[in-house]
Amino acid sequence: MKNMALHIMDIVQNSIRAQAGLIQITIEETDPGLASVNITDDGSGMTEEVLAKVTDPFYTSRTTRRVGLGIPLFRQSAEQAGGNFSVNSTQGSGTVVNATFYKHHPDMVPWGDIPGVIILMVAANPTTDFVYLHRTPKGEYLFDTREIKEQLDGVPINEHEVRRFLRNMLAENLTAIGAAGVLRMKTIKDKANNEPNN
Amino acid sequence: MSKIKTLADLRNMRDEVRSKINLREKSESPEQMVQVRVAMATCGIASGAKEVMEFMMDAMEKRGIEAVVTQTGCMSYCFAEPTIEVTVPGKDPIVFGYVDVKKADEVIEKYIRNGELVEGIIPVNYQSIDE
Repeated sequence: MKNMALHIMDIVQNSIRAQAGLIQITIEETDPGLASVNITDDGSGMTEEVLAKVTDPFYTSRTTRRVGLGIPLFRQSAEQAGGNFSVNSTQGSGTVVNATFYKHHPDMVPWGDIPGVIILMVAANPTTDFVYLHRTPKGEYLFDTREIKEQLDGVPINEHEVRRFLRNMLAENLTAIGAAGVLRMKTIKDKANNEPNN
Repeated sequence: MSKIKTLADLRNMRDEVRSKINLREKSESPEQMVQVRVAMATCGIASGAKEVMEFMMDAMEKRGIEAVVTQTGCMSYCFAEPTIEVTVPGKDPIVFGYVDVKKADEVIEKYIRNGELVEGIIPVNYQSIDE
């Protein structure tokens, strides 16, 4: 995977396949340079036997191919940046994936476009709820699609205008707390300004 | 620095968006919309499906094509990722492989707009003579 945002998107696909109704993504950055990424879902979960095999790249629950690389690759990215990785799961109640990193480790993966990925997942899965919490030493920002849907009062969350608004709202709020992964802020803004029917 | 957007701003734009949707729904029904599904498993994501999907969503809006862009899992064409499945109303779905932004643009302009086939089709739908 090229960056953290794509890792998160990949792990979230597992939650979606496990029919999660609520997916919580938490990124925490603490001062001495530690970062943690936590993805918790309320999907179908896994049995102990499956859980034991889940970081094995030659294990997958799919029938379309014989390898499953999402979790092994995420684990590799965490461990190469001096961090830890864990997966916990209870059948019937959900799965928790947790990864920690040293942000300034030379082998730390780049953060990528976190707001873009969050909004893409929200737009592509309008019936699934997402909670995204980003905490830095400067503050925290909570993005909750349940709150957003309440405000929208029936207007689809994946409507173009709404999607564009949410992408900008998320990027602006994350920039305000100095969060990692919003390097493309300027590009997103320029793009939005250039769109003809804005 | 300009004011940071909040949920209150979203609430304010809600009714405007709703009236746009109502207007559109009177003229089109969902069955007449183009459907695009982007394969988004590890293989797709690693080879650039995110950029393709964002491009598809933005491009359809800009070019005024009514389309639903959604995601799907691995379609087992990992060798040809990113792959997209395009269903034009009244036609069978077609899967295109090795789709980058440039290819996606070609698919929209040639296949979706004009019905011309473009290179990179993965043959998925076999129909025998009996059917």
